[in-house]
Amino acid sequence: MTVFVIRRLLQAMLVVFLMSVIVFFGVNIVGDPVYMLVSPDADQADIEAAIRRLGLDRPIWEQYWLFLKGAAQGDLGDSFVFGEPALKLILHHMPATMELAFSALFLAIVIGIPLGLYAGLYPDSPLSKGIMAGSILGFSLPTFWVGLMLIMLFAVELRWVPATGRGDIGSFLGIHSSLFTLDGLSHIFLPALNLALLKISLAIRLTRAGVREAMGQDYVKYARAKGLSTRRIILVHVMKNIMIPVVTVMGLEFGSLIGFSVVTESIFAWPGMGKLLIDAILQLDRPVVVAYLMIIVLFFVLINLIVDILYSILDPRVRLQDQGA
Amino acid sequence: MTAVLEVSGLKTHFFTHAGAVKAVDGVDFTVSKGEVMGLVGESGSGKSITGFSILGLIDPPGRIVDGSIRFNGDEIANAPEERLKSLRGNRISMIFQDPMMTLNPVLRVDTQMIEAILAHENVNRQTAWERSRDALGLVGIPSPEERLQAYPHQLSGGMRQRVAIATAFLNQPDLIIADEPTTALDVTIQAQIIHEAQKLTKRTGTAMIWITHDLAVVAGLADRISVMYAGRIVEQGGIDDVIDRPLHPYTVGLLGSVPTANRRGQRLFQIEGMTPNMFALPEGCAFGPRCQARTAACSEQPQIKDVDGRRLRCFNPQRTEETTL
Amino acid sequence: MTDTVTDHSLTPTKSPKVETPFQRFRAEFFESRIATAALGIFLVIVLLAILAPWITPQNPYDLGQVSVMDGRLPPGSEAFDGYTMWLGSDGSGRDLYSAILYGLRISLTVGLASGVIALLIGMVIGLVAAYAGGRTEAFIMRIVDLQLSFPASLVALMMVAALGKGVDKIILALVIAQWAYYARTVRATALVERGKEYVEAAQCLGISRPRIVFRHILPNCMAPLIVVGTVQTASAISLEATLSFLGVGLPQTEPSIGVLIANGFEYMLSGRYWISVFPGVALLLTVVSINLVGDHLRDVLNPRLKK
Repeated sequence: MTVFVIRRLLQAMLVVFLMSVIVFFGVNIVGDPVYMLVSPDADQADIEAAIRRLGLDRPIWEQYWLFLKGAAQGDLGDSFVFGEPALKLILHHMPATMELAFSALFLAIVIGIPLGLYAGLYPDSPLSKGIMAGSILGFSLPTFWVGLMLIMLFAVELRWVPATGRGDIGSFLGIHSSLFTLDGLSHIFLPALNLALLKISLAIRLTRAGVREAMGQDYVKYARAKGLSTRRIILVHVMKNIMIPVVTVMGLEFGSLIGFSVVTESIFAWPGMGKLLIDAILQLDRPVVVAYLMIIVLFFVLINLIVDILYSILDPRVRLQDQGA
Repeated sequence: MTAVLEVSGLKTHFFTHAGAVKAVDGVDFTVSKGEVMGLVGESGSGKSITGFSILGLIDPPGRIVDGSIRFNGDEIANAPEERLKSLRGNRISMIFQDPMMTLNPVLRVDTQMIEAILAHENVNRQTAWERSRDALGLVGIPSPEERLQAYPHQLSGGMRQRVAIATAFLNQPDLIIADEPTTALDVTIQAQIIHEAQKLTKRTGTAMIWITHDLAVVAGLADRISVMYAGRIVEQGGIDDVIDRPLHPYTVGLLGSVPTANRRGQRLFQIEGMTPNMFALPEGCAFGPRCQARTAACSEQPQIKDVDGRRLRCFNPQRTEETTL
Repeated sequence: MTDTVTDHSLTPTKSPKVETPFQRFRAEFFESRIATAALGIFLVIVLLAILAPWITPQNPYDLGQVSVMDGRLPPGSEAFDGYTMWLGSDGSGRDLYSAILYGLRISLTVGLASGVIALLIGMVIGLVAAYAGGRTEAFIMRIVDLQLSFPASLVALMMVAALGKGVDKIILALVIAQWAYYARTVRATALVERGKEYVEAAQCLGISRPRIVFRHILPNCMAPLIVVGTVQTASAISLEATLSFLGVGLPQTEPSIGVLIANGFEYMLSGRYWISVFPGVALLLTVVSINLVGDHLRDVLNPRLKK
């Protein structure tokens, strides 16, 4: 097992390294690097000073080496708009995004999987058909439009929850999060729901497909022939089999939740990484964009790694193979 | 001899988009305590469906449309699901063809055996575990404690089938239906499995229906034999009787198709024609199009009658010299 | 060889119905009333978009026809030039009905174009991988997997950040975001087919690799490609709308549906809902109908679920 983890870690580091190469050379080749890394309203003297300061008059390999050195120390450049280190900015905004992403994932699992289970077991019932229709709507409706509608309905018309912004922050076991206050929960409800909509649909469809496939398998028939109760067949035999693909996909989708949060955060004015990114793109704050890219890459690689490990834990065929059984 | 199972006039039809398939169309047989009945036929003859019908495991679009299935005197055809569940795995067990598909790959062997016991009896886990271990020992599995902890894919094909057999005997059923249990195994393993099954049935007095397409398997194992074709029984009687002196042209053909050393160098015998299309059965005798002994009478559907100490469905019983297998 | 088939023995009295695979597919597809209705709606939308210049009272891009005096009028009001604005007008005085139809043209064009180009590129790459096999294939698939582990929206976002605004750049960004799905579909089919015995048999007969790829793998992956294509197109249209809404997509001069919705955002809270809602409904209908069709296509074309 340890060998497996180490091997995957090494692969992950390789990917991060590769991405850093792509990002760096992409930034330096696609545009004039000086203008990339210098404020748009610098004058000629400033530009020349910047060139020397940023080492852009040196060969590109040396530049990349400096970039790596800086990155390893956590220096990915300073934001034009805020004047602060880009990395620090992003890390500052990360907890808000994490809250949103975890809430959305939670909703997706808690709502999506049971609904998908029902739809898979009783495919002809009217409720199932409704669930499936809902799921199609769920991933067809553009997130931003749903967000708008949610705001209109719940915040403007019904006035049940506030429209935008993040709520008060509470503390629990040393973690600071707006999830721990009632005000925070009321603020996070709409954006989390908005973000979760796509994932709920995905979870429903995944679970249903998994259940339908599993029910047709021989081991289900065999379990019935043994006289097992339907409850046991579904909860133990079927669930354990479909959990594997469901968990892996949902885990991978968590990464996309972070990506998608860009839209939700913009609409609901949620102070997370996504909003930061959009503002940075619109304001041409390139160091922030670069820093965001690197962080995201790191994230995805980590998530992939965790999902792989989870997969090998859940599926005994994979786990025992790796151990050379 | 007490009759454990009495099947009369069983009809199981499938109602598909393309038409109705009369998979089992009027089948009668009796199995007595301690008796092994071989149910022989080619693919599509309805033999497996017969087995599933007995346990009530026919799923839509199929259903038992007619007939009676009496188990220990009680009618169980189309019985309520609760009643059937209490019988399955308990008083009537089933062994399936491919143990790799029928054992759940993500659950351990002990889980799958213990649950078969716990579904029907209120014993504690430890007792159930011990019974499983003993059962594995009975079917000739060495180191049963280790095998219990294993996952199905870690066992060889023969081993898995032994597990299936052991599971079938766990609750000391009155009847075991074995659906082609050796088809997926090597010939040498086949012989072992057949031997184990035979030993156990003799010892426990369990009745058995052994479904197969392979006459050679049945010859040494069964007491009585029923030959099926296109959903009906065409010949039925004591094993030695039928094998030494087959009366139905199909049975003759089956026996003749078995390659033996005595006929080395001669052309392999074949039954002409192809398996019947169940959507478009011919008028009259279903075997007619392929039959060497076909006469004008055969355009009528033959009924099953008592002939020469056995049951036969044919207008033109064959008089052949004694065949040797 | 023996002749197992002799004339007199085989003919059953009833012969089964014979129909071509396409006829069967068509019959099965139209079994679903929902999918048929969705297909109908989508075709109507496309038709409306194509005919836009002829069926709208105003060309919203022609600044000469647009007057800010007409701005923010509710549905049913009369415009300066005398025609009725059935869906109201937006902030700059564009008749919403016209703007939506013109916007649909752009949205559909961008979505379909990027979908088709991505399909072609992805298919070619997938086939190359399947044909080359070995290390080349492994390398290509690694890249595909890497790209697929990032959500399309993020990739598209990054691309527009790098490339800037404009229709062609958006299409390029969308293509880059999508090609990997098609490549993976093709390669997955290739894997399945390669595992089948008839390929082994063909190889034993000495049939060359390109022939195997084109005669066997390609036809088999058409079905899943179509399914992926429909869903991806819907997602591309949706993605473009999202990007435009965020302000990084199409520019104001070529307003797609997303831009229209973005323009209307500020008026939402003041009760002038129609400026965002109507374009939104148009977008919805388009994307949902495509997805319904694609969904049903998937069920119909999936051999495993066949009864």
